[in-house]
Amino acid sequence: MSENIDQYLKSEYSAGWITDIESLTIPPGLNEDVIRLISAKKQEPEWMLEWRLKAYRAWLEMKEPEWAHVVYPKPDFQALSYYSSPKSMEDGPQSLDEVDPELLRTYEKLGIPVHEQEVLAGVAVDMVFDSVSVGTTFRQKLKDAGVIFCPISEAVHEYPELVKKYLGSVVPQKDNFYAALNSAVFSDGSFVYIPKGVRCPMELSTYFRINEAKTGQFERTLIIADEGSQVSYLEGCTAPMRDENQLHAAVVELVALDDADIKYSTVQNWYPGDAQGKGGIYNFVTKRGIAHNRSKISWTQVETGSAVTWKYPSCILKGDDSIGEFYSVALTSNYQQADTGTKMIHLGKNTRSTIIAKGISAKQSSNSYRGLVKMNPGAEGARNYTQCDSLLIGDKCGAHTFPYIESKNPTAVIEHEATTSKVSDDQLFLCQQRGIDAEKAVSMIVNGFCKDVFRELPMEFAVEAGKLLEVSLEGAVG
Amino acid sequence: MLNINDLHARVEDTAILHGLNLEVKPGEVHAIMGPNGAGKSTLGNVLAGRPGYEVTGGSVTYKGNDLLELEAEERARAGVFLAFQYPVEIPGVSNMEFLKASVDAIRTARGDDVMSSMDFIKLAREKCKAVDLPQDFLKRGVNEGFSGGEKKRNELLQMMLLEPSLCILDETDSGLDIDALQVVARGVNALRSPDRGIIVVTHYQRLLDYIVPDYVHVLAKGRIVKSGGRELALELEKHGYSWIDEEVA
Repeated sequence: MSENIDQYLKSEYSAGWITDIESLTIPPGLNEDVIRLISAKKQEPEWMLEWRLKAYRAWLEMKEPEWAHVVYPKPDFQALSYYSSPKSMEDGPQSLDEVDPELLRTYEKLGIPVHEQEVLAGVAVDMVFDSVSVGTTFRQKLKDAGVIFCPISEAVHEYPELVKKYLGSVVPQKDNFYAALNSAVFSDGSFVYIPKGVRCPMELSTYFRINEAKTGQFERTLIIADEGSQVSYLEGCTAPMRDENQLHAAVVELVALDDADIKYSTVQNWYPGDAQGKGGIYNFVTKRGIAHNRSKISWTQVETGSAVTWKYPSCILKGDDSIGEFYSVALTSNYQQADTGTKMIHLGKNTRSTIIAKGISAKQSSNSYRGLVKMNPGAEGARNYTQCDSLLIGDKCGAHTFPYIESKNPTAVIEHEATTSKVSDDQLFLCQQRGIDAEKAVSMIVNGFCKDVFRELPMEFAVEAGKLLEVSLEGAVG
Repeated sequence: MLNINDLHARVEDTAILHGLNLEVKPGEVHAIMGPNGAGKSTLGNVLAGRPGYEVTGGSVTYKGNDLLELEAEERARAGVFLAFQYPVEIPGVSNMEFLKASVDAIRTARGDDVMSSMDFIKLAREKCKAVDLPQDFLKRGVNEGFSGGEKKRNELLQMMLLEPSLCILDETDSGLDIDALQVVARGVNALRSPDRGIIVVTHYQRLLDYIVPDYVHVLAKGRIVKSGGRELALELEKHGYSWIDEEVA
């Protein structure tokens, strides 16, 4: 009967096309000259180049992590190109009116509001194409509110003090193998600064698109919410369908100063590879936030794409009474592998964290939750609640849970709940007996399973996430 | 409306039905009784098209068409309803969402318009009252944490909303106390109509005090071995099923 389930699991990847555009791509290979070249292309100041080189030298000494529950051929770092930009973007950032229409069409086709006058455009968007940001909407409106939202390459020039102070402050250059690589070669990404006491007037979002073949995308995002400020940020990602694997190694750093509130949502839909497991993105990402007194950082992620995912959006709860949240839905199908979860590091008094992780595995895929909850000696009265649920569709997939708990403070309270369930033939039959076809039934059951997480997404995204699951599960049961 | 002719069926490798015959006309209520393991539940599941139940011989005609040709959801859309003996839970999917999806699918198949959410909510609340289920059950996950009696009333609620042509109640009385039994019986009686056929599968005659059948059939060893009126059920109660076993032997 599980074969019946399988026949409904054919997934169609709708973002798999290529934009036909002339690009300038530097030759494959990585050495100090390549890093100097990237830095020169961005006309970076000397300090930025030194920062990159320091990361590169550290990276040379590091080993690729092998502890994750994933199996894949190691990327050949000398065979990748580390910088690719549409030719029309060669002269640096332009105003939206001057951006190559072909590039804007790429984003329009993906359903991203690129024109400020669009009705649904209650969201400001930074569009990152391969290694460069091609445009950012609503910059003026945001500027009027004192909010800075720009490509990070621009922030290096315009706001060097902020960048110097915070870049690498949450994820240091030597943090891990991929973070070090990213620190050496990062090309673009978004920079956000919300001034004291400001509630960001609109949702901010960055849409990442890999287009060029044989390149890696190494974006870097830095969000600083100053005291008492508030921001909600969304990120989306897609890439063309290709037979060879491509590497995406990003770093995201969040800084929530006293009483600030950052909500960071991701819908990750990188190309997952085909039904035979060929191609797809390697998504090796380091995301971390630091929460100061009474501040709050909330991560919500819906992960449906990528061939291999290695990603642990984390919170360092440094300040007293700070709050960390992690809501995750990770869906794997075909031969996808995901090893994802979070780290909640409680340093301050009365810090609180919540982890709700939902893993859905179908076909031959492997889906692992890996999470660390750590209560340091100073974490008086800290609390954590973790709930990890796995849903299996069919009988060839795997779900794994690796929770790590370390408590060095006797007053800290840690709760952990975990469940594993299957979309059962009985559930499907109940639906069918009531006239609902199996495909709709599976999508209903899976959406029900994810409800606790979808609730956390901004409204426009919740609808998109539901649809995305439906597409990823298209054809999934019987 | 329903014509079962020499039906043979098995579940996995075990043959369960061995030449079952039954005819149900519109407006009739048939009770199927029999000892455990006689094939009572198998009959309902075969008619509803549950995966794993394989028909190895015979035919079933429903409203003039070959029922066995249809997929499970097509049978449901054609008006065949099975009230489950053990309704499963679907966590996180609200009863309301499930009921709406179900009613939408069946109305669409019939060529009726899909009801607006407002109209549907109104109707669902009304039917909740009829089966004595508090309205907040509509917001809860399908059967999630429901007691045995609540699950059965929820089945009845679905039956009332879908208005099927052929209702099969698979041991709906099992595990019910007398009050719940009366609620269920009242609901089923309300659904009796000249154009609807009802098959009540039960182990005990008790339910038939409240749902009075037109015909009673005794199912033993995969076949209908005796048919009669209401009085047959009373006789069974008096003498037990061993009496049938002797007679069949």
